[in-house]
Amino acid sequence: MSQPSALSTNGLSRRKFMAGTVSAAATAPLLASTARAEAPIATQPKLRQPVVTSLRINKQAYELSLDTRTSLLDALRDHIGLTGTKKGCDHGQCGACTVLVDGKRVLSCLSFAVMNDGKEVTTIEGLASADGRLHPMQQAFIDHDAFQCGYCTPGQIMSAIGCVNEGHAESENDIREYMSGNICRCAAYPNIVAAVLQARGETRGA
Amino acid sequence: MRPFIYEQPSDISAAVALASNFTTRDDQPTRANAQFIAGGTNLADYMKLGVAEPNRLLDLNRLEEQKLRQIRVTGDGIRFGALVRMGEAADHREVKKRYPVIAGSLRLAASGQIRNVASLAGNVLQRTRCEYFRETSWACNKRVPGSGCAAMDGFNRQHAVLGGSNACIATYHGDFAQALIALDAVIHAQGSDGARQIPFAKLHRQPGDTPHIETDLAADEIITAIEVPALPWARRSLYLKIRDRESYAFALASAAVALDLDGETVRDARIALGGLATVPWRAGAAEEVLQGKKLDEASAGAAADAAFAEAQPHQHNAFKIELGKRTLVRALLETRDMKV
Repeated sequence: MSQPSALSTNGLSRRKFMAGTVSAAATAPLLASTARAEAPIATQPKLRQPVVTSLRINKQAYELSLDTRTSLLDALRDHIGLTGTKKGCDHGQCGACTVLVDGKRVLSCLSFAVMNDGKEVTTIEGLASADGRLHPMQQAFIDHDAFQCGYCTPGQIMSAIGCVNEGHAESENDIREYMSGNICRCAAYPNIVAAVLQARGETRGA
Repeated sequence: MRPFIYEQPSDISAAVALASNFTTRDDQPTRANAQFIAGGTNLADYMKLGVAEPNRLLDLNRLEEQKLRQIRVTGDGIRFGALVRMGEAADHREVKKRYPVIAGSLRLAASGQIRNVASLAGNVLQRTRCEYFRETSWACNKRVPGSGCAAMDGFNRQHAVLGGSNACIATYHGDFAQALIALDAVIHAQGSDGARQIPFAKLHRQPGDTPHIETDLAADEIITAIEVPALPWARRSLYLKIRDRESYAFALASAAVALDLDGETVRDARIALGGLATVPWRAGAAEEVLQGKKLDEASAGAAADAAFAEAQPHQHNAFKIELGKRTLVRALLETRDMKV
């Protein structure tokens, strides 16, 4: 289990920041190493006891000690420091938080992180190749100017990849219907449809 | 959000035993300390809002019984495992061919992301999106029994015109359930008293004086499968959904229709209505009107009138009666004209 120390530090400082600004809702989770010592698997689970959760995110293994209430979205952003995935409504209505879990697009705000133990998560940060070459869907969004403010864009791109992989990007109507869970308040929709059409042939299996 | 203990039972009997341990016989499943979670797209949202407050979540996704994840097509019909995801069922070749009304109801529900996660059993148990139920500062008899109903004199444009009571007019917003009730589906459930079958029409309870009692299930009971009986003529069936925007919205009015036709004459009809009622709504009176009749605009209109004969409008939702009738007429005529 490799957990880059830079990322752990990032998670800790973010948590301190959270604890200072948010009230009782954010009970500070312990770092993985201390929590594991306190939580032998055989004992009865207790309220407010952090749960150790293993995630593979963008092909990298992470072990996190989390309050059970932590959403996958907050685990990504606040505990690991991957802030590319955006929090829009936090209630499953806007699609900004879309990531791939085991290859399928899901809403990370409506998923408790502990329920994803052992799963493979891909976020917007995991799309470009090591040499910096963009994923075809990212490139298509640039080519077609498929955004204005850009806040919904990581969710749009992850959802578009899922949509293509599901086989639901066969026509413009198909794309509009199957991308309808991603709201764009700048209304870049025609350009998003054009981007998905361009990238669909190069995207499968991404 | 209230803190909760998270557990992952390994099989159905372990899940039932855990639930049984931490709930009582009088607990409503939606109000019990221990609650089941599968996709979580409805429950996690309501936990964030403080509407649902379990202190123990029993995650069903690791149950080892593989039949929970399978769709089985036989001569007797089709059996959906409870953990089959909405998207899998919507895209299933045989479901699309044999029961277009089921595939359509699922395809038009939620978004691609939600359909990838939401289980079929969880989908039928989804709770109302009544704005006054969702926001805990309002009076709501469903959320806090006896506290009153803010929707009665509030903004009730989305609310039900069928099946309401003086205590509650919250709409049941699901789509899949309308197809299931039209097709006489059966729920398979397992609890500490053993396994049983529940006709789909008996799963949900109309609000009456006790809107907080939403289903026939006990707090330690799990839906294991949804069975739809064979109905060869269900190939001529569809789901029509009318909403404020073209996609990713709840129905203002919807109709699930299946027709058995002899030429243009109706031998048998199945009709259910969504977005209009407090529970999944079978329109039996409309079905009767059509029996033995030639299906045309006039007879479809008569069926629609029968379906809404007892509708009760409120200040902002009277339009739903006319919209519901037109939705049903259009669904009937489109079903008649299907090439099967």
